[in-house]
Amino acid sequence: MGKIFKYTFYDLVRNRWMIFYTSFFLMLTSALLLISPDLAKVAISLSNITVILTPLVGILFGVMYYYGSTDYIQFLLAQPISRRSIFAGMYTGMAASLSGSLILGIGLPMIPYGILTSPALGTLLIVLFMAVTLSIIFSLLAFLIAMRAKNKIRGFGIAIFSWLFFALIYDGIFLLLLLLFKDYPIENLTLGLISFNPIDLARILTLLKLDMSAMMGYTGAVLQKFFGTSQGSIIIVSILFLWVLVPYLLIMRMAHKKDF
Amino acid sequence: MIQVQQLCKSYRTNDVLSNLDIAFQHEGITAILGPNGSGKTTLLKCMLGMVLPDSGDIRINGSSILHKYNYRDQVCHVPQTPHFPENLTGHELIQMVRDLRSGVTRENDLIQLFNLKHELDKKMSRLSGGNLQKLNLLLGLLYDCPLIILDEPSTGLDPLSLQNLKAWLLQERDHGKLILFTTHIMSFVEDIADHIIFLLDGTIYFNGQLQELLRHEQEEKLERAIANILKPAL
Repeated sequence: MGKIFKYTFYDLVRNRWMIFYTSFFLMLTSALLLISPDLAKVAISLSNITVILTPLVGILFGVMYYYGSTDYIQFLLAQPISRRSIFAGMYTGMAASLSGSLILGIGLPMIPYGILTSPALGTLLIVLFMAVTLSIIFSLLAFLIAMRAKNKIRGFGIAIFSWLFFALIYDGIFLLLLLLFKDYPIENLTLGLISFNPIDLARILTLLKLDMSAMMGYTGAVLQKFFGTSQGSIIIVSILFLWVLVPYLLIMRMAHKKDF
Repeated sequence: MIQVQQLCKSYRTNDVLSNLDIAFQHEGITAILGPNGSGKTTLLKCMLGMVLPDSGDIRINGSSILHKYNYRDQVCHVPQTPHFPENLTGHELIQMVRDLRSGVTRENDLIQLFNLKHELDKKMSRLSGGNLQKLNLLLGLLYDCPLIILDEPSTGLDPLSLQNLKAWLLQERDHGKLILFTTHIMSFVEDIADHIIFLLDGTIYFNGQLQELLRHEQEEKLERAIANILKPAL
């Protein structure tokens, strides 16, 4: 696995899309810092962008990378290594380069502004943690989609729809439910529904950790009560971990049975 | 050395291999021929563990290879369409194969054979189709394996490289290797194959020496003999 990881990482750090992705965050963070040198405010602005953008890039890049690597996978399958090692190595190599792009693109421009000694470091780490977690989850979903859909157009279509579903449609349905059942006590339903959407989980953890729940009125108070405690944070992180673990295990299972 | 026993593989409703039984007992060069979709590549992929058969078994030196991977240390494979990671160089790919396998490599001989010395520092995205195929051959033939499997190895090669490839394969055969390959270039088969297996609709239509096939079809050239077989089939 480690060897496949190494060469996948070598390949992807030189990939032009990855360079573009890193440059985009480098420029965006630098531009935000020029507008306002307040590091905490910049980190919060970045969280609003990363919560939508990292799942989109994760899922599209994952699908694109898998489809572009089908011959390479066949080449690796002819080597004396297990399917598990090949897929684990390729996936982790890709996830590491996506995460590296984010950490470098967002973190590097903040260093001259003294982020390492600033109290805003905690805020930045939360934003980076969420961006990296969302990249990992959505690139895992991308591998699942691409392994399942042989037709590339269909695969890209499912990927875009999945992102649209989690980023927009899910919230629309969610709000509609809240509106329809507004006369009933639906706090538990709300909390349950949030768990099924990693983007919502990331948003809420960021909002709560950055003490912005007061902006969300009564809902914010409910969320603060449940998730705001350290126990709540552990629950959110555990659910996010399940969002990583389950697709990863599904990929391994599919890799074991699939014809290439 | 290799025994394919009652091998069946279908993709949805399409039966690609139907109860295929073949034994490759000795060294030599065997061409696996057949029209498009006859199951040639699927058979080779089953031997390499890329495609999992619905039923049946493949045994190499007496042991089943299904769901195993260690046996591939003894198998060299040259795939059909080489698309390597586009930002890696030839040197890095050679190093990767060296990291994944053990044994003595023959890279210097192969670099010289295919005249690749000046191409190995280039990224894959900058290599021409022919040079990519030469690198594909170099990586596939890098180790000294008793079994060599090649899928359309002559695609995109210039005449000199093709001649060198033939000479290399004949030399390997003389060293006691078993070589299996598929191709649609009949002159390539006539030049190097000792044995021919002709697949038609997932079953064996012919299994024997080249001369036997020519006699059977009453033709002097393999291309015409194959065309004779395919005419009624199509």
